[in-house]
Amino acid sequence: MPLFWLVLIVLAIASAGYVLGRSRALASAGGDRSILHSLPSYYGANAALKSAVPAFLLMIAWLLAQPFFIDNQISGMIPEATIDESSSLGLVMAEVRRTAEGLDNAVAEGSMSEEFARNARADIVDITQRLKDAGQIVTSDITQPVMRAAQRYRVLSAAGGFYMTLVVLATAVAGALWGIREATAGFRARNVVEQGVLAILVAAASIAILTTIGIVLSLVFNTAEFFGLYPAFDFFTGLTWAPSFSGRGGSSELGIIPLLWGTFYISIVALAVAVPIGLFAAIYLAEYAGPKIRAIAKPLLEVLAGIPTIVYGLFALLTVGPLLVSVFGDDGLGVMQAGTAVMTAGLVMGIMLIPFVSSLSDDIINAVPQAMRDGSYGLGATKSETVKQVILPAALPGIVGAILLAASRAIGETMIVVLGAGAAARLSLNPFEAMTTVTAKIVSQLTGDADFASPEALVAFALGMTLFVVTLGLNIVALYIVRKYREQYD
Amino acid sequence: MSDTTLPPVASSADTTPSEKRKTSLYRTDALTRKRNAAEARFKAYGITAIVIGLFFLVVLASSIILEGIPAFTRTIVQVEFTITEDQFEAAEQELFKTRAYEGFFIASLEEQLRQKGIDAPFDSDAIERLVGKTGGTIREFFRENQDLLGQPVAFELAASSRVDGYMNGRITRESIVDSRFLMKSDLYIVDALVEAGVIRNAFNWNFITGADSGVDNPGGAGIGASVVGSFFMMLVVLFLSLPIGVAASIYLEEFAPQNRITDLIEVNISNLAAVPSIVFGILGLAVFIQFMHLPQSAPLVGGLVLTLMTLPTIIISTRAALKAVPPSIRDAALGVGASKMQAVFHHVLPLAMPGILTGTIIGLAQALGETAPLLLIGMVGFVARGYPEGLIEGFTDPNSAMPAQIYTWAARADFAFYEKAWGGIIVLLVFLLAMNILAIVLRRRFERRW
Repeated sequence: MPLFWLVLIVLAIASAGYVLGRSRALASAGGDRSILHSLPSYYGANAALKSAVPAFLLMIAWLLAQPFFIDNQISGMIPEATIDESSSLGLVMAEVRRTAEGLDNAVAEGSMSEEFARNARADIVDITQRLKDAGQIVTSDITQPVMRAAQRYRVLSAAGGFYMTLVVLATAVAGALWGIREATAGFRARNVVEQGVLAILVAAASIAILTTIGIVLSLVFNTAEFFGLYPAFDFFTGLTWAPSFSGRGGSSELGIIPLLWGTFYISIVALAVAVPIGLFAAIYLAEYAGPKIRAIAKPLLEVLAGIPTIVYGLFALLTVGPLLVSVFGDDGLGVMQAGTAVMTAGLVMGIMLIPFVSSLSDDIINAVPQAMRDGSYGLGATKSETVKQVILPAALPGIVGAILLAASRAIGETMIVVLGAGAAARLSLNPFEAMTTVTAKIVSQLTGDADFASPEALVAFALGMTLFVVTLGLNIVALYIVRKYREQYD
Repeated sequence: MSDTTLPPVASSADTTPSEKRKTSLYRTDALTRKRNAAEARFKAYGITAIVIGLFFLVVLASSIILEGIPAFTRTIVQVEFTITEDQFEAAEQELFKTRAYEGFFIASLEEQLRQKGIDAPFDSDAIERLVGKTGGTIREFFRENQDLLGQPVAFELAASSRVDGYMNGRITRESIVDSRFLMKSDLYIVDALVEAGVIRNAFNWNFITGADSGVDNPGGAGIGASVVGSFFMMLVVLFLSLPIGVAASIYLEEFAPQNRITDLIEVNISNLAAVPSIVFGILGLAVFIQFMHLPQSAPLVGGLVLTLMTLPTIIISTRAALKAVPPSIRDAALGVGASKMQAVFHHVLPLAMPGILTGTIIGLAQALGETAPLLLIGMVGFVARGYPEGLIEGFTDPNSAMPAQIYTWAARADFAFYEKAWGGIIVLLVFLLAMNILAIVLRRRFERRW
């Protein structure tokens, strides 16, 4: 991987810059450190920063821009006429990339010489056969334009990589030289370096914003593409979820309502388990329990929150599901057909959410001022009356916020529903029937499928968009309530 | 109310009849009783809630341990026998060579049983059902180690997964259905062999060190390769999220002016902390794989996704650690002429380091258990077919991670894989426990109270 070596070389240049900058500054002061404006290491750091930071930025920008440039060049090579009715430019481009990758791998394995892979006059049948012999997965019929495009793609990528290495190394050396040149006794190196470090800190802080932008953009673009293939109205109002993988779209029915219903139903069951237990646990811990019980029970409950969701998923599938079937199944009440059901997933998710509700509510109850409790006791109220009539009303907004946060967790939870809730999308009121959720369908539509052009795969992005909007809305409301409430008693 | 109904003490305390009291401190009236009962009930609800929560924890822990332990053992058939050079030559001359070796195996097995005085007749088909084709393994061994001919050699052969299931109690004599894999009569042979000490349980090292096997070979499945995948992923997360998280927290806590942009960043971070993990998976798929064309199923991509996911956690805990350093430290540093940057990097940051490391370890533990985003970027269990060849390949070659491997096993149809999934969970939880204990120890050891 030449990129790895490039990074190492740039780092080496930067360290050389550090050493040289430092020694040049010392030399310019005649070895007397007190003449220097800054500590000697700042002169070195100045050179190192000037060499490494622009070089890495350039490298990242280049790596991001190169695919676009190449795609633009290549897509011009593919004549409109060769794109099938059922296909699209994106699909053909994916094929070009796959073929180019296949050629790369074949060359790396030695089953094809570099010249042969580049030879534009090579026989298409021969080259396809050789690719297949090398164990590369290639679509059965590579057309002439695709093969030419793939060859051109390889040439362009190789050239791009070469020029990038040159330019990045030149930048690093130039930056180092600039920094070293500046290293004279009068130069305010510390101020410059601190400015640079501050800029790096700001950049690190803005990664949070970049992540959000990345999420929104990746969802929006793919969702827009999906709505180009499948009507948005049908998606949001369809009552059937029946994706087909046999043909390219057409026969698929992708209505989100059954998935939303499953998500909603499972979340309600989960909250019905988690809210009473979590809330009462929080009240007990905050108002009744002595310090000893609190010191034991609180961390133990919080262990439940630290357990990975895959563990809960397996617990639902293999322990809770069979248990529920033995009670509600054909041998018992006869209302449950299989272990995977709304009830299974909801129950287990509820267990997972208990510590979430209890910790948040505990904090909020503790934040209620002691004066309010004392006032209530002074009037002769018992503890439970104080809790019910003074503390809970005072803490209510915060508790609602906590429950909303728990709800957003429940809606976004994936592994428990993937394993515990079943795969059938249906609209039913029976909690012992298998249903499925938005998150479970995102996993099943995207796992192991690298072809992002069909509506069956793209629908996952629309589902993700829906999920993101719903949870974000809940979070914003919840955080607003919690924050507002905190200010009230601070 | 007549005087007679009042308790004697109360009435004697009252000097004048006009001061008749309706209630007494010594006797609870109906309302008080009701209120006290309500109080007791309410307290009982609280205790019940806690007990239910802890009960779930116990059930979860015990089912993990009970179901997962069998994955760490496997049933082996241990037979000791000697093949002389003449026998070896003779067997190599025969047309069905492996069958000849199987004959040696069966003969010595019978011999061992006879010595112990146990009578259990069996044929070669039954042996094949119990331990698979033995002849090939034995022939291979003696062809490679010809110097061992004529000496007693102890063979340890893995029993078939059905025998494994019988030994673990997954298959019982009642539940078994005769098939070409295992007959009811075979179980008697198994019992006899167990009695003779030929079949016994041994620690299953293959589960710890092995890679994922095919759908049809639950016995050979191991979690080792995906542990390595998780390890490389955690390296990426550690080396990206720690510096970025610390840098972002230092800016927000120490340098950021109170303005709109700072507010925007803070709101963003708290919202990102609550975004469902699967959305990060979609982000990884769209940005890192679709857009940047990074390799699919690579621990590098998994690490990048998990980095974005853990950053909010690390930023939040790092900011708390920085906030806990008292302002007097900063003031003292500034007072002796340090620049603000020097005060932060030379004094505040080292003091906050234990807290930062604790938060980072907890963030890493969270990332280690995350499954859903990994499935979207293709790190599913069945790609973990072996160890990466080198350091760089460890980051870029397709691999899985522990939770994704567990998911793949849980989703398979063969029941024998469920045991592996539980066993995998034990391995995963051991890692999580170790990380959390490390975090607690760090906190206890280095935390300073100001």
